[in-house]
Amino acid sequence: MGNIIREYRTVKEIAGPLMLVDDVEGVTYGELADIKLEDGSLRRGRVLEVHGRKAMVQVFEGTRGLSPQDVKVKFLAKGMELGMSIDMLGRVFDGSGRPIDDGPAIIPEKYLNVNGNQINPYARDYPNEFIQTGISTIDLLNTLVRGQKLPLFSGSGLPHSRIAAQIARQATVLKTGEKFAVVFAAMGITFEEAEFFIADFRKTGAIERSVLFINLADDPPIERLTLPRMALTTAEFLAFEKDMHVLVILTDITNYCEALREISAARKEVPGRRGYPGYLYTDLSTIYERAGRIKGKNGSITQIPVLTMPEDDKTHPIPDLTGYITEGQIIILRPLHTQGIYPPVDVLPSLSRLKDKGIGAGKTREDHSDVMNQLYAAYAQGKNARELAVVLGESALTEEDVLFVKFSDAFEDRFVRQGEYENRTIEESLRIGWELLGMLPPNLLKRVRDEFIERYYPKTS
Amino acid sequence: MDGMKGEVIKVSGPLVVARGLSGARMFEMVRVGELGLFGEIIEIKGEEYSIQTYEETEGIGPGQPVVRTGEPLSVELGPGLIRSIYDGIQRPLDVLAQDFGEYIVRGTQRPALDRSKKWDFVPLARVGDAVKGGDILGTVQESALVSHKIMVPPGKSGTVGKIGPVTGNVDTEVAVIQSPGGPFGVTMVQRWPVRDPRPTKRKVPPTETMTTGQRIIDMFFPITKGGTACVPGPFGSGKTVVQHQLAKWADAQIVVYVGCGERGNEMTDVLMEFPHLKDPETGEPLMERTVLIANTSNMPVAAREASVFTGIAIAEYFRDMGYSVALMADSTSRWAEAMREISGRLEEMPGEEGYPAYLGSRIAGFYERAGSVICIGSDDRRGAVSIIGAVSPPGGDLSEPVVQTTLRVVKVYWGLDDKLAFARHFPAINWLSSYSLYQDIVDADADEKIDRMWSVNRKRAMTILQKEAELDELVRLVGIDALSLEDRLLMQAARMIREDFLHQNAFDDRDTYTSLRKQFLLLNLILRYYDEIRTGLADGATLEALLKLNVLEDITRARLIPEEELERFGSIEGDIVNSIRALIW
Repeated sequence: MGNIIREYRTVKEIAGPLMLVDDVEGVTYGELADIKLEDGSLRRGRVLEVHGRKAMVQVFEGTRGLSPQDVKVKFLAKGMELGMSIDMLGRVFDGSGRPIDDGPAIIPEKYLNVNGNQINPYARDYPNEFIQTGISTIDLLNTLVRGQKLPLFSGSGLPHSRIAAQIARQATVLKTGEKFAVVFAAMGITFEEAEFFIADFRKTGAIERSVLFINLADDPPIERLTLPRMALTTAEFLAFEKDMHVLVILTDITNYCEALREISAARKEVPGRRGYPGYLYTDLSTIYERAGRIKGKNGSITQIPVLTMPEDDKTHPIPDLTGYITEGQIIILRPLHTQGIYPPVDVLPSLSRLKDKGIGAGKTREDHSDVMNQLYAAYAQGKNARELAVVLGESALTEEDVLFVKFSDAFEDRFVRQGEYENRTIEESLRIGWELLGMLPPNLLKRVRDEFIERYYPKTS
Repeated sequence: MDGMKGEVIKVSGPLVVARGLSGARMFEMVRVGELGLFGEIIEIKGEEYSIQTYEETEGIGPGQPVVRTGEPLSVELGPGLIRSIYDGIQRPLDVLAQDFGEYIVRGTQRPALDRSKKWDFVPLARVGDAVKGGDILGTVQESALVSHKIMVPPGKSGTVGKIGPVTGNVDTEVAVIQSPGGPFGVTMVQRWPVRDPRPTKRKVPPTETMTTGQRIIDMFFPITKGGTACVPGPFGSGKTVVQHQLAKWADAQIVVYVGCGERGNEMTDVLMEFPHLKDPETGEPLMERTVLIANTSNMPVAAREASVFTGIAIAEYFRDMGYSVALMADSTSRWAEAMREISGRLEEMPGEEGYPAYLGSRIAGFYERAGSVICIGSDDRRGAVSIIGAVSPPGGDLSEPVVQTTLRVVKVYWGLDDKLAFARHFPAINWLSSYSLYQDIVDADADEKIDRMWSVNRKRAMTILQKEAELDELVRLVGIDALSLEDRLLMQAARMIREDFLHQNAFDDRDTYTSLRKQFLLLNLILRYYDEIRTGLADGATLEALLKLNVLEDITRARLIPEEELERFGSIEGDIVNSIRALIW
């Protein structure tokens, strides 16, 4: 059935982003369609369901201005594909993969289906290579490794974009001579936010090794569903065929999920929590699980998805389901931001699940794990004591508690806080960590092995 | 006439509707479309057969063929299961990776058991023996840890007509059985439909402790061989680490680990780590007793739905050999969500939170396949399957349907608490809300085998922890100074139980596994210290001095004492007594 021209003028219904085409033949699930308007303009669609001779088509650019009488639909007998080339580096594309930077058209080396394939779990290689982001709260406490997916959980008005840009700017590994790339996927963000990233990438020269996919807040929402898949397909091409280490920034996942909800509602599906479809988890996993490393391949894909939690609520379905798939989360906290601390990373509930395999002797430093655990424990104790002091007054604190309160204040001020352009090496982060631990007597440092206390505990003059 | 071949009329995600399959049965396997995707019939309405496909359906459309296989979703059971890694429908992922590359290619299939591998069959039965289903005909040394029993398939019986040592692949005939219906050959492989429980003679109450080397579990919330447990917790609370720890250290003879809708990198972790970890009993690599099933979150949902059944069928098969098997399912919530997704596509009337109304009965049916049993066969051997299911409640909300229906059937509840996880207290099992209904059985067992003070100590420690929770409220309101001196001592003891006993570092070689003997000694040591400081206080020692004894350091580090040097506990006890005596003098 490949050769017959299948152009139909039999659109029967249009509702939301969906269109029902009747009397079709040989149409398959997931197939791409060209939708020709009377004025000659073209839109793209994808088959979401076929039933007998009826096909339900989702129109990426939206259905505004379409009329059943004058629309022609042509089915293309292939899934959604994107032409791949190394020349995509340094370029900007829209949500349908068309260049929007006035540059020349891309001459593809090959076409890849944007839905990708699932990596065979057996073929995966375990992520264990430390990435230095230059941000102490990440490097020392929530270590990022190559092939990991580590989201930023943020809220509206918080500086997640600045943090994401800082990571993209500073991320290196402690080895030299490797090729990096950044793939940036913007879904439904504002012009200003997108411009911030582009300007930042330009300023630092990062743009030369970046591929940007941009769908702005006023672009068709349905494009947000394919945009991350295009970005990840590009990342896979660069990582696994061009041996590059690719950092993928996906922002903002919340907008993606809302687009998914829109489609689901238009299809009249039974809604799950807060109106999101029941398959939101599965759908998100087909994005997040495309991070990783593959045995025998040099490249890797590391993902930093950014999402704004509605009302800063971590139990909202989007952060909740994300947290179940990603390998940890970095939580951006409003109170710290209000206090003027940048980056306002909430250390205690933040987590990197893969840190244990990426740190220690030969990777970062032998004392890394102990220092990390001790900083956590001491900061937790200090914060508890601080809460207690709020209720009962400072005088109710024991001597030890007072010490920990002082520690946690200094921790926020000197360890968490750092400049937007301050790129700390892991050694520097460890040094600051030890300086802070020096505020506590060695016998309270229960999580640090004696040998490390002897070697690294600051000597008082 | 029955139609063996029909055609697709509708495709909606993983759901395909076909026509022309009359005679097909519910849950029969079919191959869909030109690619021959695997699918299973899950609804029949007149001429229309709804099929859940185990693979992505892109490119499938009306008019494409659907071919019946005449068989329900079944697993191959025989030597070669151990050390394998399968997807949800028992496709060998290692072989697929080797033959088709790093991505999973649709419509591909390879035999679950490697046909090129030769096994040495050693007969146990003799010619002329009367045998019936479940009887052991002989054995195959499958791995360093597992002697694989070749059994007469369930439901068959007769007299052994021919048997002898033989070397060959799993399809090799190892015996011929004469039966009234004519002779039949027995090979090393059986097929079994995964949704049907394998038969047993009868179930018996699970009375044997399954030790896990995890202190909070073995001491406070133990599980038995044949028991069921669930581990609910929000993300980041350490469900997977608990599951991995049990897969590593539980004293089961076979471990089946089902990664159901979870992260790909976690399965890689298991694959990379298990061959290097040694079984504490035998010193052999843990992989030598492990079967892995990996259907990660991005793999098709229908195969995820099937994965837990594939796992339990394999577990039951090893149970039938007389082994004690532990099955870990991580996570049953993803399994339930797969059911919900398929149910939604079928446009079934939803129950709570969109889950199908049969959610409860499916969950119960799954956990009920656990148990301690008298196996079929003449020798009345015992086998057991324990199930430990992780649950991932949305937002950590335990009132949601999957947690609640699970709690109705399981006997052990390890409630994970994200507050503990934030404080880096792992395993983050909340000691106040968790429970085990096997406690009495295990107490009696440990009192006899480990120390007669086992249960007494356990109860005392739990009382101290409960009292601490009450006192904590008070401290929050009025400060620590308001507590009596005795209560301050209790707070100290409770803190030590939490930090030095319950807290256990899964990533520390010395701490990751603790024998029951050492668990007893460790808790006993803390309680001994508590007794001594109470006496010391009564005898005039000051609170400050008692809370700052140098020996405390030794108690804190006691959990790292190697299993071979347990006598060191005695000397620490001596030091406690001496240092307190020194205070009073």
